[in-house]
Amino acid sequence: MAATQEEIVAGLAEIVNEIAGIPVEDVQLDKSFTDDLDVDSLSMVEVVVAAEERFDVKIPDDDVKNLKTVGDATEYILKHQA
Amino acid sequence: MAKIKPGKGAPYARILGVGGYRPTRVVPNEVILETIDSSDEWIRSRSGIETRHWASPEETVAAMSVEASGKAIADAGIDAARIGAVVVSTVSHFKQTPAVATQIADLLGTDKAAAFDISAGCAGFGYGLTLAKGMVVEGSAEYVLVIGVERLSDLTDLEDRATAFLFGDGAGAVVVGPSREPAIGPTVWGSEGDKSEVIKQTVAWTDYRDGEVEKFPAITQEGQAVFRWAVFEMAKVAQQALDAAGITSDELDVFIPHQANVRIIDSMVKTLKLPEHVTVARDIRTTGNTSAASIPLAMERLLATGEAKSGDTALVIGFGAGLVYAATVVTLP
Repeated sequence: MAATQEEIVAGLAEIVNEIAGIPVEDVQLDKSFTDDLDVDSLSMVEVVVAAEERFDVKIPDDDVKNLKTVGDATEYILKHQA
Repeated sequence: MAKIKPGKGAPYARILGVGGYRPTRVVPNEVILETIDSSDEWIRSRSGIETRHWASPEETVAAMSVEASGKAIADAGIDAARIGAVVVSTVSHFKQTPAVATQIADLLGTDKAAAFDISAGCAGFGYGLTLAKGMVVEGSAEYVLVIGVERLSDLTDLEDRATAFLFGDGAGAVVVGPSREPAIGPTVWGSEGDKSEVIKQTVAWTDYRDGEVEKFPAITQEGQAVFRWAVFEMAKVAQQALDAAGITSDELDVFIPHQANVRIIDSMVKTLKLPEHVTVARDIRTTGNTSAASIPLAMERLLATGEAKSGDTALVIGFGAGLVYAATVVTLP
């Protein structure tokens, strides 16, 4: 079953917490991965791969650079999840 | 039909000796920062690199190879005259013909050993090792010298923020010879030519010659794409190499991945779920990325510092431009 927006944000929060050690409550829709959450370009790849597995979605490298905020990623997953 | 007699090889092959050569000049991040807008902290956090070695004009591909090989031959305890083949992996020898391997074979005092260069980027050591093992077991050479050598400083764009800090120079060599026990596992290797744009030389030599570009060719890469492929696809290949050798990660002593980037190494270790007791090579911190030379250089350093010891079981994996990769499990010399 497809995940809801809330479930995706919660899932991303767990992933970002695991990879970058950021508290889950800090991971909000308007937060920028690089500027607010200390997720650099390489950690972003780890976040993306973890999100792909968790939400059964493919996020090609070309699309990763467009995912600036948690909201961008959430919207992308909502739209593309199988 | 006439009957052809097969060669008489050894039952198995093993690495008998390893040697390395690092150029005299040590280059700290401060020198890199003279030509790019970055910081020591940024370079360290993205790559783990603190210093790298850059070769002087005298430290040629051949000269560095001879130094490293001399150590490997001494470590193996054999006479250079018994080396039947010299395989050199490099992408930074700027005289394409003849192969630099022939000059190295001569300078080392081999007895007309077969000698040739191969081009397999950062997987070059594993490709050479696989060829060497085949030659020893098949019988076309008793001992084979495998060299990975690069002067990547010659192929570095010092104004490119993404790669200026990354590359280093050096040579690593191993002697492969006969063994009564299996000591080099099956190689899991391959190529993905559909990803040839991910790591590449910026332009062809002929484009530079013809004045179509002003800048000398350099190596460039798409960092995020490389990172994803290296960590997640190469972890699968590394696991396949362990499985093919019948070795569990609990039985593994040492992990020597190509020294591409410390972040790649750390993520691979996590993805592979390697146990705490496994010693992981992080030679990149003070050597930079030396492509084909990185695995034998890291192997030599781990043995020299005592972090690994002779007889340890090591997983080695090289991966890079092509894209190409090669992984196997070896017993350390």
